Order: sequence, then structure tokens, then C-alpha cells
Amino acid sequence: MTGTRRGNAARLGLMVLPVAFFALFFAWPVAAIVTRGLKTDGAWRFGRIADVLAQPDIRHVLWFTTWQALASTALTLLLALPAAHVFARLDFPGKQLLRAVVTVPFVLPTVVAGSAFLALVGHNGLLDDVWGVRLDTTVWAILLAHVFFNYAVVVRTVGGLWAQLDPRQEEAARMLGASPLQAWRKVTLPALGPAVAAAALMVFLFTFTSFGVVQILGGPTFSTLEVEIYRQTSEMLDLSTAAVLTLVQFAAVGAILVVHARTVRRRETALRLVDPKLTARRPRGAGQWALLAGVLVTVALLLVLPLAVLVRRSLDAPDFGYYRALADADGGTFLVAPLHAVWTSLEYAVAATAIAVLIGGLAAAALARRDAGRLVRGFDALLMLPLGVSAVTVGFGFLIALDKPPLDLRQSWILVPLAQALVGAPFVVRTMLPVLRAVDVRLREAAAVLGAAPWRVWREVDLPLVRRALLVAAGFAFAVSLGEFGATVFIARPDNPTLPVAVARLLSRPGDLNYGQAMALSTILMVVCAAALILLERLRTDRTGEF
Amino acid sequence: MLLSLEAATVRFGGRAVLDAIGLAVAEHEVVCVLGPSGSGKSTLLRAVAGLQRLDSGRVLLDGRDQSGVPAHKRGVGLMFQDHQLFPQRDVGANVAFGPRMRGVARGERDAEVGKLLELVGLPGAARRAVASLSGGEQQRVALARALAPRPRLLMLDEPLGQLDRSLRERLVVELRELFGRLGTTVLAVTHDQGEAFALADRVVVMRDGRIAQSGTPIEVWQRPADAFVARFLGFENVVSATVAGTAADSPWGKLPVPDGSAQGSRTVLVRPAGVRLVAPDQGLPCTVTARTFKGTHVAVRLQPADGPRLEAACALRDAPEPGASVGVEFDVAETVVLD
Repeated sequence: MTGTRRGNAARLGLMVLPVAFFALFFAWPVAAIVTRGLKTDGAWRFGRIADVLAQPDIRHVLWFTTWQALASTALTLLLALPAAHVFARLDFPGKQLLRAVVTVPFVLPTVVAGSAFLALVGHNGLLDDVWGVRLDTTVWAILLAHVFFNYAVVVRTVGGLWAQLDPRQEEAARMLGASPLQAWRKVTLPALGPAVAAAALMVFLFTFTSFGVVQILGGPTFSTLEVEIYRQTSEMLDLSTAAVLTLVQFAAVGAILVVHARTVRRRETALRLVDPKLTARRPRGAGQWALLAGVLVTVALLLVLPLAVLVRRSLDAPDFGYYRALADADGGTFLVAPLHAVWTSLEYAVAATAIAVLIGGLAAAALARRDAGRLVRGFDALLMLPLGVSAVTVGFGFLIALDKPPLDLRQSWILVPLAQALVGAPFVVRTMLPVLRAVDVRLREAAAVLGAAPWRVWREVDLPLVRRALLVAAGFAFAVSLGEFGATVFIARPDNPTLPVAVARLLSRPGDLNYGQAMALSTILMVVCAAALILLERLRTDRTGEF
Repeated sequence: MLLSLEAATVRFGGRAVLDAIGLAVAEHEVVCVLGPSGSGKSTLLRAVAGLQRLDSGRVLLDGRDQSGVPAHKRGVGLMFQDHQLFPQRDVGANVAFGPRMRGVARGERDAEVGKLLELVGLPGAARRAVASLSGGEQQRVALARALAPRPRLLMLDEPLGQLDRSLRERLVVELRELFGRLGTTVLAVTHDQGEAFALADRVVVMRDGRIAQSGTPIEVWQRPADAFVARFLGFENVVSATVAGTAADSPWGKLPVPDGSAQGSRTVLVRPAGVRLVAPDQGLPCTVTARTFKGTHVAVRLQPADGPRLEAACALRDAPEPGASVGVEFDVAETVVLD
């Protein structure tokens, strides 16, 4: 019995810090907000839930949130699945570069994507200049921006698995008399199914909780749950409505995550995987060349063009005028020069990355243990919640929950990195977990038999094998922290805005100078994120994580 | 006894993988556990190493109960089936791992590594990458790594399992010689009887988590304990028979059995060398169904007019063609009454 007991003790030890972190900085603030919204004079008013949900405009928000997420997911799958096939099965020059290009949008801050699409389809945007077409007040701008963001999720999740499916399985089906289409439908499609479902659920989750994109492109007409929570909290000061909406979003996200956890588990089972390098071939025949060309055109129009226009707009003023204006404090929008936000952001992001790697790494180490039971697996799904639960609620929750001793953090700089680490930690877990699980348990046993105590085994065997994954995870956490908007917008101090907050604030002011500065600042943010990503791509191994 | 197992039992979901195993290994003894896959051999090693918890029973090393002693404090060595060399370390660092865990100083460690690599026939390989090694070289490095911390008991899990035949035959001889020279106590498991017989002072045959037979290689080969052991060793001429005096009544007719054989309803084994081919009109009439070249002899498959098939071993030039009719007589010296 001692072995099991010791295993449990070790696991509990690893879990203490992550559990405490999520309880203190996630569960408590959210609970505090919900309590404040739904409790008056010590009495719960659950009747509010029905009241709020009965309001026509709230129903409209719920309906819009759902259908735009469904439409975004469908559109993303439609456009990205061919690319997944191209990345998995075709080999062509510049594939590595294209893979990096496709991934850049995913790590870009929502605010940058919003401004990029604004520059493309908005007032005085490229389409407006050329054809007089404006989409920024239509739902199309939102849908396209969502595809822009989530293209990489589908390409990576589905394409990653597709590349590892043994093509000989299809060949075996062909030898048994199946046509190429039949072989694909009967052999490859069922194997891909869970990955497609998992990717679709992720895209649905991200678009269902979309905030920055809708905030910038939706105008007064379109509002998702998350935007509505922000509006009710910061503009209408109607906490009880915000609390109800938070609960609704919480329930929806919880349901999505449960389904996602199931599909992921199904995906992990019983597939014969091979080295992806062996499965890709040069395109042959008109069909394959046309497919490749189609994917390249889609990537150029949908992913590269908005970013190019963004950069172009930032250079509209002569002599880098917008960039130089960023260094001035007298624009009036801020108390400090907007450029100062770059350093603030970097400092926050470094601190947030350190926290996310520590918390996420410990959680992944605990979850990776073979003997992980049902309880621990449940925690696995819980760790994903911060990705979907209203960041606005978390941010506002920080303000009202963490303002009393012993945890009076409202004046502390650490508040922002803590909120950002909440969003970064799930990425760390998702990246580390598959790698840790792939470490052959017998390697650890070999070390133990040679006299290595458990912590020594972790240092001597696991750490060298997961070092790369750790760096990749840190890079993701860094990019995510840098771009975090929903929570930071609440808790960043006015004199210390982060880059996304500064961009949003510039965009909300009239005038060409503000607009141009927003474009310039977005460009800087994009370059920082892209640089981080390109570093990651060099480190990435095929087994590294789900994103 | 250096190692004793007392009623050691391990269950996986209700099924006993080790079923009250009792086993003792003396100092300097080389014991080979032989059994088909799934018979519980590897679990036995893992239980001794402390990697597998016992559901009941005890493991004792030098007479001391090991329950509650974790793997890294048991002081036994285990060479894994597929070696499990640390991929991110070079050959020298793999071998030095055990001494390093025991806090041996660097200079001493390096000298030890050099000596061990020489011992296993890979002098000067310390700086080589593990990925650049062939299967046989990996096996040698794994052996050096297992020996480096000077374990009181060295355990080998299918030590030569993945190597090709000629290499395997050479390494078996080398290992045997090495263990003799070092005086190492060894507990090895394998499914290959040739390997077990070549390596071991004593062979333990396992079946479904129990010990079916234990003895020197010659004892086990000459007198398999039961039909299972006989068939596992590759003997196919095994039948039920009724023994009375020095004759056994079997589906193949009367078989001569040695004096003093157990009487009554028994299982009888005739080794292929004891099946003699004679003229078609003598003995048991059979048809030749197949013949297989075995290097030193030819294995001839025979179908009697009545009763189960037989295998005979005969010299190359005497082997009849498939389809030929022959007679069969049985040699008492190659006949064993089992049970």
C-alpha cells in the first residue's frame, strides 16, 4: 500500500500550488462578482436570472453570440480543412515559412486583429478606397476576423494528426477493393473525426467568448455575451445583469469543455501514428496543384492582407510620423507616451510567463502521472475554464475581491501579471502534458533502479526531455499575456496601460493621429508577437502539444 | 539466500499475474526464468526491483523484507527489455548514471566507466551518442550501465530478445563467461529456451503466474515436469497413455518405457530422436507429410494411420520424401513418463 500512498502524497504536493492559485485568483474573484450581483441585503435573488434572460435585448445578445460562433466555426472549418490536408500530405518549398505565417494570427492580440480588419474593411479602409465597400458595421467583418484568428487552430490540430496517420492504412483499404474516395471516407475520415471535433469545439469556444474583435468591429449593433458583460459592468454599472450573463457564459463554456475533454480523450486512443516527415509528398496532378494554390490564395487574402494593410496604414504619415508621435506624452490620451506601453507590456508579460510556467508546469507534472485518478482528470478540464470564462468578469472580480487585507493587491503591479497568467497557464498545461505523457515510464524506472530518488528522476530524466516543450509553453504564455485584453482593460492602471489597452484607447478617440498611432502601436505589438512565435517554431517538435 | 520470494502474489484486475510464487536465488547463482509471453516473468522482475507492488507475500534480499523499500534503495540492477538507455546522454553518461546517483566522485566514475566499457567489449565508446549504436552495442551499454553501481543482484529482462540470431548466440556465451568471472548473482527472464539453457545454472519454467518446474538445464531438458513444459520446450510427441510395467498403451500402440516409470494413467513423451524410421511393413505404419531442414538433422512429420501426428529426427541422407510410407519404432532411451 505504501507505493500508492506515496504516489498520492507526491501528486497532492504538486497540486497544492496550482489549486491554491486558481482558487485564489480565479474562483474567488468570479464568485465575488456573482455574489455581489445576485445577493442583496444578505439574500440571494435567483429571480434575477429569469428576469435578465427575459429581456429582449439580452435574448438578442444570446442569440447573436451563439449564431455568430456557429457561423464562424463553420466558416473556419470550410476554409482551413483544405489547408490542414495540404500541410499534412503535400510537401512544397517554403512550407515551414507558411506554417509560421498561418500561426501568427493565433498569437496576435485580438485588438491587433480588430485594428487590422478595421484597416481593411472599415471607414477609409482598403476596400473603401478601392471599391467603396465597407464591412465594419456588418457581421462579415466579425466572421472574417474570427476565421483569421482560428485558422491556425484547425490547421494545427487536424493537420498535425493527419500528417501522422499512416498512409498505408488507406493503401491497405485500396488493396481490399476500395476506391480512393471510399478509402478516405472509411479509413482517414473516422480517424480524423475526433480531431476535427476537438478543433471545432476550440474555435467555437474562442468565438463564443470573443471580446476584443467584437468590441472593435461590432460597433453599437453587434454584441456578444462577453462584450455585453463589459458594457453592463463598466458602462451601465448593472452588476446583477453582468453576474447573470457571467453565469450563463460559465455554463456554456463548461458544457463545451466537457465535450472537448471527451473528444480529446477519444483522439488519444488507438491510432497508429507515424513520423509526419514520411507522409508528405510533392503535389502531383492538376487537382493537388489547384488545392495548394487555393490554400495559398486564401492565406494571402485572409491572413496576410489584413496585416499588410495594418502596417501600410501605420506608415501613412510622412517620416514615420505615427511612430514618432507614440513617443510623445502630449497627445492627451495618456498620462505617459504611448510607447511607454511597450515596456510596461513586456515587463508584465515576463512576470506573467514566469507565473504561468510555474503553475502550469506543476499542474502538468501532476496530471501526467500514470496513476492520475478521476479527480485529477477533472482538474485537467477545470484548468481550461479560464480560457472561456469571461475575462472581463475575472478582471473586475480582481478589483472587488483582492482589495482587502491580507490580499490587498489593488495597488500592486502584480495584479496584471496574475490575471494574464490565468489565461497563459492553460496553454502551458496543454503544451507540456502530451510531452510529459510521452516520456516512457520505463526510462523513469531505469533511473530509479539505478538509484535515483523520485525528485532526482524528474530532474535527470523528465526535465532534459521536456526542456524544449517548456520553452515552447513559455513562448505561448508570453504571447498570450502580451495580448490579453479583457481582464487587463479593467485592472491596468490609467498611467500604465499595456499595448492592447493603449491600442483600444487610441481607437476609441477620433482623429487621424489617434487612428494612425493605433495602427503603429498594433504593428509594434504584431512584430513582438511574431518574433516570439518564430523563435517558437524553431524549437517546436512534432509532439509538442495541442496548439 | 541472496533473494527469496515467499508466496509473492500480484493481481491485475482480479487475475493473478504472480500466483503465490516461491523462489530462492543463492549468491553467485545464475537463474533463468523461462516462460511464454504473459506467464508473469517480467512482473516477477519488477516485483523484485520494487517497481511493482505485491498484493501479498514478501520479497527478501539478504534475508531482509523489502516491502516499503523503494526501487532506488534496493540495490538491485535491472536491464530492461528494450534497454531504455537515456537518449539525451552519451554512452559514458549512461554508464556513469548509477555511480553518480550514489555520489561517487567524478574521477573514480570515469575510470569505472572505462573499465566497464572494456569489459563489455566497447572500449573508448564513452563519448558516442546512444542513437548511433547498433542493437548489439546498445545491449552492451545497457549491461555496463546495470553493472556500474555493483548491484548485489543483476536482473535481465529478455536480455537478447531483439538481437539477430548469430549475435545472440555469441553474446550468450560472452555473458555466461562474464558472469562467471565477476561472480555476479543473476536473475534473467526469457521466452527463448536456447538462451535460458545456455545462460543458466538453474532454469525455472513459469506458466500462468506459477512455477511449473525448476532445475538444472539438463534436468529440465531430460525430464520435463509435465505436458506443458514438454510442449513449451518444443517437444511435440506427447500423448496420454496407460503405463503398466515397462510398456505404455498409447494411441501409437505399445511404447517401451524405462524401468521404474510411474504407473497408471500418465503422459508420455518420446523425443524426436527416439522415433526411428524402419521399413514400411514393420512397426507403426505412417505417411510422411512434411520434412524440415534443421541444420544438423531433418525433422520429419509423420501421420500414423491412427493417432496424433509424430515428429522424427533423422540424418540428412536417410530422410524420406513427403508422401512416402514408412514404419516407426520407439527407442526406450528417449522415452519419458511425465507427471
